[in-house]
Amino acid sequence: MEEVRQFVVFRLGQEEYGVDILQVNTIERMMPITRVPKAPHYVEGVINLRGEIVPVIDLRKRFDLPPLEITGDTRIIIVMVDDLTVGMIVDSATEVIQLPQEAIEPSTSVAGNINSEFLEGVGKLNDRLLIILNLEKILRPGEPQQRAIM
Amino acid sequence: MDNRYLNVFLEEANEHIQNLNNGLLALESEPSQEILDEIFRSAHTLKGMAGTMGFNKISELTHEMEDLLHEIRNGSLSITNTIIDVLLKCVDMLQEMTEQISKEGWEGETDIRPAIAEIKKVMSNTSNDSKAADESEGKDDTGFNEFELRLMEEAANKNLKTWELHVELEENCLLKSARAFLVFKTLENLGEIIKTKPHIQDIEDEKFDKEFYIYIISSRSEEDLLNAVNSVSELKSVNVREINLGNFQKKLTVARETSSVKESPKETNRIRNTSKTLRVDIERLDNLMNLVSELIIIKTRLEELDNLTEQGQKRKEALEYLERITSNLHDAVMKVRMVPIENVFNRFPRVVRDLSRELNKEVKLVIEGAETELDRTVIDEIGDPLIHLIRNALDHGIETPSERLKKGKPREGTLKLKAFHDGNNVVIEVSDDGRGIDVEKVLKKAQEKNMVDKSQVKKLKEIEILSFLFESGFSTSERVTDISGRGVGLDVVKTKIESLGGSVEIKTAKDEGTTFSIRLPLTLAIIQALMVQLGQEKYAIPLSAIKEIVIIPNTELKKVHKHEVILLRGNVIPVLRLHEMLDIPDNCLKNENLTVVIVKKGEKDVGLIVDSLLGEQEIVIKSLGNFLKNIRFIAGATILGDGQVALILDINALI
Repeated sequence: MEEVRQFVVFRLGQEEYGVDILQVNTIERMMPITRVPKAPHYVEGVINLRGEIVPVIDLRKRFDLPPLEITGDTRIIIVMVDDLTVGMIVDSATEVIQLPQEAIEPSTSVAGNINSEFLEGVGKLNDRLLIILNLEKILRPGEPQQRAIM
Repeated sequence: MDNRYLNVFLEEANEHIQNLNNGLLALESEPSQEILDEIFRSAHTLKGMAGTMGFNKISELTHEMEDLLHEIRNGSLSITNTIIDVLLKCVDMLQEMTEQISKEGWEGETDIRPAIAEIKKVMSNTSNDSKAADESEGKDDTGFNEFELRLMEEAANKNLKTWELHVELEENCLLKSARAFLVFKTLENLGEIIKTKPHIQDIEDEKFDKEFYIYIISSRSEEDLLNAVNSVSELKSVNVREINLGNFQKKLTVARETSSVKESPKETNRIRNTSKTLRVDIERLDNLMNLVSELIIIKTRLEELDNLTEQGQKRKEALEYLERITSNLHDAVMKVRMVPIENVFNRFPRVVRDLSRELNKEVKLVIEGAETELDRTVIDEIGDPLIHLIRNALDHGIETPSERLKKGKPREGTLKLKAFHDGNNVVIEVSDDGRGIDVEKVLKKAQEKNMVDKSQVKKLKEIEILSFLFESGFSTSERVTDISGRGVGLDVVKTKIESLGGSVEIKTAKDEGTTFSIRLPLTLAIIQALMVQLGQEKYAIPLSAIKEIVIIPNTELKKVHKHEVILLRGNVIPVLRLHEMLDIPDNCLKNENLTVVIVKKGEKDVGLIVDSLLGEQEIVIKSLGNFLKNIRFIAGATILGDGQVALILDINALI
């Protein structure tokens, strides 16, 4: 039987990224963020998500992309991986799509311009390319960060 | 199996195991009939409970323990260290098995046979006739547990009778368990089967010879029962006899009376207490606590709103009322979560006994203030650090008997555990009257490890030198025992206690002993805090850490050895610029006056420079979560009335 997965699609610049919908908790509009001193540079701070304190990372900073101003489209995607709940700031979150497992190429050669370590693979949907993220690698702090080889 | 029953079983089993442990230790030092009865009861109840739950190994082992205890009770065996050792070993096994059950739902691989063999061995010393007496007694006492007895009592009140059916199968009966099953089926229609012998599980597994017993509560007559059972084929004989509840009741009341005469106040007290208590899942309490926290947040928000708008007197009154209710509610929930530290201390007599034997030392354990209450979350965490300190005290603090005699001390060393309230804190002290810590040697070691500046050596106070013991890495030195070995893993103890928002201090005197004082907050969830402004950011400082607040002219800030200090009533107090430490743009240097919050950590005072004070507030501590758990200087976060998040400073980490 063919396995079909669903992905939440969001944008950083011109690229489209996807995270498995099973890992996505909610998608929030931008809200006040409290800075946390001494946190890694890509950690924007913490937010009050209906009474829970949730850390928020700036995905652009995580991927070493140039910063972008916050707009009405900016979203915080709240994801959950094992015991971690983290918000990720993205330029915009657009849609949810379905993708059969075989349409995902676990290739690290086509990596856009982010660290290939953060990728699970690249999904193909007609003529669109969806960069599928490995949240485990992105969120697990304390691991040595390697710069992307472009 | 239903989880609820399993949890109840585990809780109660743990209580009984603790009881056994304590009882056996008491028995060793001071044998008495009461304690023996108490232990016997615990073993007996545990056996019954385990049997009902189908944990056969536990029930078998407790059964054997019961036999041994019985021999002691009727005087054919006297209590010796060996017997206590054997019984304690069994208790350890019971503990191991219950732990296994809580983890995996079954008793695990624990092999109870060696323990049983040991019991049999110590019991073989008894004379033969006492054994016979025991057997006849054993037959009479059909081993009903309290629950079954209560069922029978209730039944008797309803004029129902309890019958014992002795069923013997035919010699060549095939499918024994199927026969037994038919007998059960038949009887089930006539009443309530409360017990079988052997255990029903064993009967189903055909672990019986040719006969079994069934105990049934029924309104039917003896004849009805007989006829019903006789309809099953391949039975050799069926005997029915009525269980005379009176016998048991008499026995029970006699036992109760004899014990209650001696310890009546305690006993009655406990019975009253248990009838009014309720076991609650800690998660439900956590949930309740969270809701109360939310209530406090929204209350603060209402108060802030009220400050912004001029409103009528009535509204203010209503708000004050709300405030009173929320703080009462908070207190009430807190109290529900409070557990006496006894729950932790109870583990230690055993630890001390085993360790002192192992080390060939004589140690008396004194426990004070076991009734002091602490939040459940703290209780759960504090056990390990305490064990660590106790081990250290026994291993390296208290001397061997001969050494002590030479010093003119009593042979027996004293280890004291003491808990008491001190304001919003609970203090736990672990003190020994041993050889004390050699401060000189600690200093030497610290120098060897390059932990001290050479120029500062002379100036170090004793307390500062002792604090080296808590440094990580200090303990790894291989000649640790030389400096009385206090270094072993103390850094771990300190980290643990600080993670609970507490602190540790050492006091020591040569040949007089050492005291470790652990200071812990009463609760971890809601605290009073001072809100301060730093640049555009707000931070909370726990009020318990604040000593005082001073406002001093900028010019009072002095420099000593590149460190900024202020002079306060003749004391030199080092000053930290929070802006720098927390990477906040700094503009307070331009201010004419500096606001300095003096905080204390142990004996040390440090001033923190802040922009301004925002006032005191009740805050709800929330964790930053796993993603940010290792952030320096920050102990957690809280949600302010306006929904914004403010961070809580970790004073221990700052200093």
